[in-house]
Amino acid sequence: MPKIKLPTKSPHVDMTPMVDLFSVVLTFMMLTATMRQTEPAPVDTPFSISEKNTPNFNTMTLLLSKDDRVYLNFDNGEDTTLKFRPKILAEMGKRYNIEFTEGELKEFEKYPTSMGVPILKMKEFLAIKDVKQRTVLETGIPIDSTDNQLADWILFTRQVNPNVQACIKGDSKTSYPLVKRVLDIMQEKNVKQFNLVTNLDAVKINLAEIQK
Amino acid sequence: MAEIIQEEKAGGKKKAKKHAPHIDMTPMVDLMCLLITFFMLTTAFSKPKIMEIVLPEKQTDPNAEPPKIPGSRTLNIVLGPDNKIYWYPGVVKPEDYNSLPPLFETDFSASGVRKMLLERNRALFKKIDDFNNLVITGKLVISQDSVKGSIRQLKKDDDTGPIVLIKAYKKANYGNVVDILDEMNICGVAHYMLVDITWYEEKMVETATGIAPTPTPAKK
Repeated sequence: MPKIKLPTKSPHVDMTPMVDLFSVVLTFMMLTATMRQTEPAPVDTPFSISEKNTPNFNTMTLLLSKDDRVYLNFDNGEDTTLKFRPKILAEMGKRYNIEFTEGELKEFEKYPTSMGVPILKMKEFLAIKDVKQRTVLETGIPIDSTDNQLADWILFTRQVNPNVQACIKGDSKTSYPLVKRVLDIMQEKNVKQFNLVTNLDAVKINLAEIQK
Repeated sequence: MAEIIQEEKAGGKKKAKKHAPHIDMTPMVDLMCLLITFFMLTTAFSKPKIMEIVLPEKQTDPNAEPPKIPGSRTLNIVLGPDNKIYWYPGVVKPEDYNSLPPLFETDFSASGVRKMLLERNRALFKKIDDFNNLVITGKLVISQDSVKGSIRQLKKDDDTGPIVLIKAYKKANYGNVVDILDEMNICGVAHYMLVDITWYEEKMVETATGIAPTPTPAKK
């Protein structure tokens, strides 16, 4: 029986156009990319029609997580040239009689994301380099009326940087009493204007359609 | 084949074979795939947006009169548990807590609270809508800033739309608050305010939902 001999030649696909395409996509991504910030707690922000962008500096962002913890961040991550972060921490240290060393202040300056550590644990927190061990210490900033550290943070943030804008970034599932408590603290500290961080979800309504 | 070899032998000269330089692109493709995946995972595509909200100054003077607003235009929205919205028009005085008005129940869908708000805010919404149409169709040429300013002025001059008081029951969540504020923006409501819930309103929600009532403080 005659065997049908298949050509043994390997099918050689020309990859060049694929490489071209990938290069274009890659270049586009590199140019448009803004790195996603890692947050200590996963937060799903609610949607709104607002189209205003989040400011990159002169902000303090309060992160309200699903499990009712409060985290705080200034200037959305690492410090700008004005170096507010170490000043704020030094003020906090003075208030709670904790002496922060130069190295600790530097560490705090570079800390890239929101933190939710009670001030008494801050020294310990800054000494740890491992991210996982750090998150163990992050139990949220105390907001009870007996130990209202959030109020102090807000106070010193505004003293050090008077132009600061308050942003609230909450998870949709955060319970209202916590939000209320945080808003109350802000109101007490005379912060009256807030920015609620949301995702864009364009809604267009048509009057004629509704009249039907 | 054999002939070629023979020829070569005959010619004596070794001719370099003309090969198109074929580079294997596969590793490069692999690398690019990897990079693209990495970028996709680390980039935030949509930058988060912000919604502005202004709260009134904290009232420290207990004797201060609360600002007076006409009851006929007042619309109370109470955010309830399970993403429900309860609302009632007008004013309820703490004195008549025995005969509390019924709450209307609605939800966050387009046919729910949005329809209800638009019905009450039609006049103003139409004005804003007409104005926007003029700008979009190019009949009115003004800068983006003055568009915003004009809309703000329209809202300020409005004296027919509802004054919405937004209150949240303690089982509501943050998403509900943002959603209702967003609804206010969508419907172009001129006057709205986030205020504390009163104990009789808590009671109204509890009777409407059938939750065991929380012990209310003594009548103030």
